[in-house]
Amino acid sequence: MEKPHIDVAYIAKLAKLELSAEETERFSTDLNRILGYVAQLGEWDTDGVEPMYHPLPVFDAVRTDVPGTSLSNEAALANAPAEEDGQFRVPKVVESAH
Amino acid sequence: MLYGSISHWRRELSSGNITPTELVQELARITDAKNPTVNAYISYNTEAALAAAAKADISLPLGGIPIAIKDNICIQGEPTRCASQMLHNFISPYDATAVSALKAAGAIPYGRANMDEFAMGSAGKNSSYGHTENPAAPGHVPGGSSSGSAAAVAAGMAIAALGSDTGGSIRQPASHCGIVGMKPTYGRISRYGLVAFASSLDQIGPITQNVEDSALLLNAMCGHDAKDSTSSTQPTEDFTAKLGQSIAGVRIGLPKEYLSSGNSPEVTAAINLAVNKLTELGAEIVEISLPHSEAVVSAYYIIACAEASSNLSRFDGIRYGYRAENTNGLDDLYSRSRAEGFGPEVKRRIILGTYVLSSGFYDAYYAKAQKVRALVAKDFANAFEQVDFILGPVSPTAAPLIDDKNMSPLQVYLADIYTIPANLAGLPGISIPTPQNGGLPIGIQLLGKHFAETDLLRVASALETALA
Repeated sequence: MEKPHIDVAYIAKLAKLELSAEETERFSTDLNRILGYVAQLGEWDTDGVEPMYHPLPVFDAVRTDVPGTSLSNEAALANAPAEEDGQFRVPKVVESAH
Repeated sequence: MLYGSISHWRRELSSGNITPTELVQELARITDAKNPTVNAYISYNTEAALAAAAKADISLPLGGIPIAIKDNICIQGEPTRCASQMLHNFISPYDATAVSALKAAGAIPYGRANMDEFAMGSAGKNSSYGHTENPAAPGHVPGGSSSGSAAAVAAGMAIAALGSDTGGSIRQPASHCGIVGMKPTYGRISRYGLVAFASSLDQIGPITQNVEDSALLLNAMCGHDAKDSTSSTQPTEDFTAKLGQSIAGVRIGLPKEYLSSGNSPEVTAAINLAVNKLTELGAEIVEISLPHSEAVVSAYYIIACAEASSNLSRFDGIRYGYRAENTNGLDDLYSRSRAEGFGPEVKRRIILGTYVLSSGFYDAYYAKAQKVRALVAKDFANAFEQVDFILGPVSPTAAPLIDDKNMSPLQVYLADIYTIPANLAGLPGISIPTPQNGGLPIGIQLLGKHFAETDLLRVASALETALA
């Protein structure tokens, strides 16, 4: 593995997580150190090894499709930061072209 | 003081020496007195607990027993904050399956146990509601992330508690606080209603004063749940069935990689003591090897952060949780709500997780880590062909001082080396305290095969008795 370098400002955009200049600098230091450590994974021979995405073999777990109760509209909206007319209120999504 | 096991209080209740209402009142009195210093609970609802106590059916297996619940496990009508400003105003609209199972067994949820924010941390210091004190080691951290659950039990503010364990978050605080903590096999207990951190690693489990109490809580909570497709269909058992039985002839592996010079002398002494006691009990100690032990921290932090970055994308300020004010458009609302709602360690892990999943790095980090995870699991499968259980430390050292600021995030992560493997491989593990003798609490860990909890608890109980 080549020497890692994480572009924290770019990754923060991907993560939709605004960071202050101070946070960006601190995380760059921390994360480059962490990535420098985890680069050791490259030293382990994993040729022909299947990735293990789950600790136990669970495949296509499906339940019987029967109608059940779900949260009421009122309960689903009870934690909403903003609501109107029984719906989540959000800012305008369609933005003007730049 | 409210010390005494679940069995003790069950006897007191059934003999009429105390009523469920009096038990809750006593617990509330102690909690009112101690919580301002210990900070084990972010909040506690005495009124609701008293209402439940008035209706408690003490003929049920946990009838009238109050249980503290980590703040990331939903209780209907109560706050579930994950110790985060992101969920400061969140009220759970439903019970986690583990909580409804405890209620069905007669237990009374009481106390929202403090924790590291979104279960990310190992010292209880990443809570946005203040750090938790270690009642068994004043001035030292209680461990984490189930810091409040462990501290509450250690302080006599809870008879028993639920925690969650993604990389050691039940076993390590139990070890640091001198009590018992158990992570069951992955899938044994439904994760429905547990706020997801890393879904392939997370597991709910008990933090208790003794091994028997952990078995009693497993009895109430284990089993398949249609609401969690990863919960196991393995038949549930009476996990107390083999408590007190002999462990003569049991083969216990001691991994040579776990006897590292990085362990403190006190931890090494605790392992040696456990080896001696187990030998006296007739167990055979076998040196084994887990060759990929050095790789576990790297694999874990890549996998856990990747899963966290995905799971925590749901906190976007739209349907629940914190929403920033005066934002400019949707992206700004997302980015600023998350910036203002999440604390520093959560942000650090989201960034790391997003990076390892991002285009161009996925194979080098995430896929590679999942392959190494397979090798770690294979190490255990090989070891369990030779032995029935594996003995090791919980943590390389006893609890650090609260004001130790010299540790970098990487150094903090490296201390999880002995607890992480059970999560990567999905194995059950239990932390048992060794005698404190005036020093800091130090737990030792036993790991078992998948779904071997009943036998794991038998060995743990025998060792607990021998160490007492």
